[in-house]
Amino acid sequence: MTTPMLEIRNLHVRIEEREILRGVNLIVPKGEVHAIMGRNGSGKSTLSYVLAGKEDYEVTEGEVLLDGVNILEMEPSDRAVAGLFLAFQYPIEIPGVATMTFLKAALNAQRKARGESEISTPDFMKAVRDAGKALHIDADMLKRALNVGFSGGEKKRAEILQMALLKPKMCILDETDSGLDIDALKVVSDGVNALRGPDRSMLVITHYQRLLNHIVPDVVHVFSDGRVVESGGKDLALELEGKGYAGFDEEKAA
Amino acid sequence: MARYDIPTLKEEIEDDTVEKVLALDVENYKYGFETKLEVERAPKGLSEEVIRFISMKKEEPEWMLEWRLDAYKRWLTMDEPTWAKVHYPKIDFQDMYYYAAPKSSNRPKSLDEVDPALLEMYEKLGVPLKERELLAGVEQPRVAVDAVIDSVSVATTFRAELNKMGIIFCSISEAIREYPDLVKQYLGSVVPVSDNYYATLNSAVFTDGSFCYIPKGVRCPMELSTYFRINEAKTGQFERTLLIADEGAYVSYLEGCTAPARNEHQLHAAVVELVAMKDAEIKYSTVQNWFPGDKDGKGGVYNFVTKRGDCRGDNSKISWTQVETGSAITWKYPSCILRGDNSSGEFYSIAISNGYQQVDSGTKMLHLGKNTTSRIISKGIAAGFSDNTYRGQVSAHAKAKGARNFTQCDSLLIGDKCGAHTVPYIESRNASAVFEHEATTSKISDDQMFYCMQRGLSEEEAVALIVNGFVRDVLQHLPMEFMVETQKLISISLEGSVG
Repeated sequence: MTTPMLEIRNLHVRIEEREILRGVNLIVPKGEVHAIMGRNGSGKSTLSYVLAGKEDYEVTEGEVLLDGVNILEMEPSDRAVAGLFLAFQYPIEIPGVATMTFLKAALNAQRKARGESEISTPDFMKAVRDAGKALHIDADMLKRALNVGFSGGEKKRAEILQMALLKPKMCILDETDSGLDIDALKVVSDGVNALRGPDRSMLVITHYQRLLNHIVPDVVHVFSDGRVVESGGKDLALELEGKGYAGFDEEKAA
Repeated sequence: MARYDIPTLKEEIEDDTVEKVLALDVENYKYGFETKLEVERAPKGLSEEVIRFISMKKEEPEWMLEWRLDAYKRWLTMDEPTWAKVHYPKIDFQDMYYYAAPKSSNRPKSLDEVDPALLEMYEKLGVPLKERELLAGVEQPRVAVDAVIDSVSVATTFRAELNKMGIIFCSISEAIREYPDLVKQYLGSVVPVSDNYYATLNSAVFTDGSFCYIPKGVRCPMELSTYFRINEAKTGQFERTLLIADEGAYVSYLEGCTAPARNEHQLHAAVVELVAMKDAEIKYSTVQNWFPGDKDGKGGVYNFVTKRGDCRGDNSKISWTQVETGSAITWKYPSCILRGDNSSGEFYSIAISNGYQQVDSGTKMLHLGKNTTSRIISKGIAAGFSDNTYRGQVSAHAKAKGARNFTQCDSLLIGDKCGAHTVPYIESRNASAVFEHEATTSKISDDQMFYCMQRGLSEEEAVALIVNGFVRDVLQHLPMEFMVETQKLISISLEGSVG
């Protein structure tokens, strides 16, 4: 069996005294798109932050392997260089730093860390142009400070633009559909779908089934009370929509 | 339909500079090297004899010596100011040299005669002392440089070419000898001899600096620049700069400063006077990168500077832009006297402190004329154990009808052991004056750091990027050459400030 892109083994995480993740097990094979669904407060976002290496979370047990390598001891920037990308639910404002400048800084930081040369300005411009076109991102938006005064839709499109440019192998999309109207949702989903490929895996975190009509997952996991309680095909999302999370909680309790 | 423009040159350069910032190796104060030069010194300490010695060395006329001695007498009666938020052991004014000159620097007639060791030193500092030929068909930005090392000016470039337009650009020592009437008329007319403790000391012992006169209606075709370097140990640098833009003239002036890394403190007490006549404009930019001391706060330059511009004529304009990254102590308030009607003053400042640096800096905008305007944008960044104070005064005279000021002071804290302070003084004696003051203090948030690092930036790269964003409003006012240098400087100054 080939090495999975992402393997989470018995992950336990706490913030201060509260245990948020209570033994998460999850495998995302290469080239697959998996969805995690769960109600607010079930620990979905914590999972995405822990995978990306945010401070303030204490991992008490378990392992996270990215392409066979344990990443839990790595700095967030090293995880990024290793190919992990998190599309934030609430992208952070960086005042005074033009989106274009940020993109280039990030791209070159990763290239430098991999021992590659910096990208030339014409190559960079072309890459941004190609990636931006599908996401309806124009030159004006690229000149504005990153995420400052961006609408909800602009923020999410900018996240996907970064994903397209950085070409990560493992993408985590945290509530990418939140704050999007139906048109924006389509643009963002199309952008994500265009990035699907045999060498790239995705973990799509959401609590609405509607996103999964656009980004159709190979596997759906139901998350409850800090762990995966059920996994299945894409129809599981529909079933969940029908009977609600409560139904799963009951099954689990039974 | 989305449209993609090729970015303008400026944007490309901006991106390019960020790239360069990010590509920087870990290096600390890179100007800390010392150059071995044979020097001639005045006897240690301060006395009438030393002042006579300096004046003699400079072959000064009698009136200049009298001026110095008068200043010295006044200085002896004065006390060191203590109102600034800086702390340092008492300076022993007898334990330093007031004059040190490279022996070989006896006024070279042309650049070919300049000591190669000096040329090499300036090359290492990145200061061009060659009048490079223009490449065929390619316009390159040119900068005329006056290079001052310790107490003397060693070279001034492009003089002949500037002279053709009537522009005088030379060391102040030469100006005293060759243009005594101009010097007599303007020297001390903006910063009087008895202005303050350090300015008075400077008046007594100043050794060199730059002099510049732009005649009526002339727009100076290139950036003028003075590059100050303290090389010798235990030597104070007291430079004096006098810059006059006559009616309708324009000049943009750059000043850069560095010093070797030394264990003991070095004193730098400069005076800069600017005079803008009717319709004239002066843009004065400084990148101050004196040695800030080591990581434990040992050594570093004490920088006590008086900079003032006089908008003497109607519709005149003076703009100060400063980037302060160096010095153990900075005590500096580049100011504008808005005397002419409709005159305007600007102050754009980036002050970065790290380690144990102490910065007390700001500006004074004194509105005297009608409809005078001023604008202050100050960005203070404190890291490490440093203290960073903005101190500013905006005042309107009773006759300053319609005076307007806008002040924005932003402070950014990195870490929790540093301090940022804002001390604005606002005085209006005129009901029609409108003064606005905005101030913010923020920290680089953990969320911003995490976001940048999630995209692959290292901790230090992330700080440099966020800080460069924070100072962007001011960076834009710097000449292009300095913008590049400044972005680099910012990341170097903040090294080791996180983690």
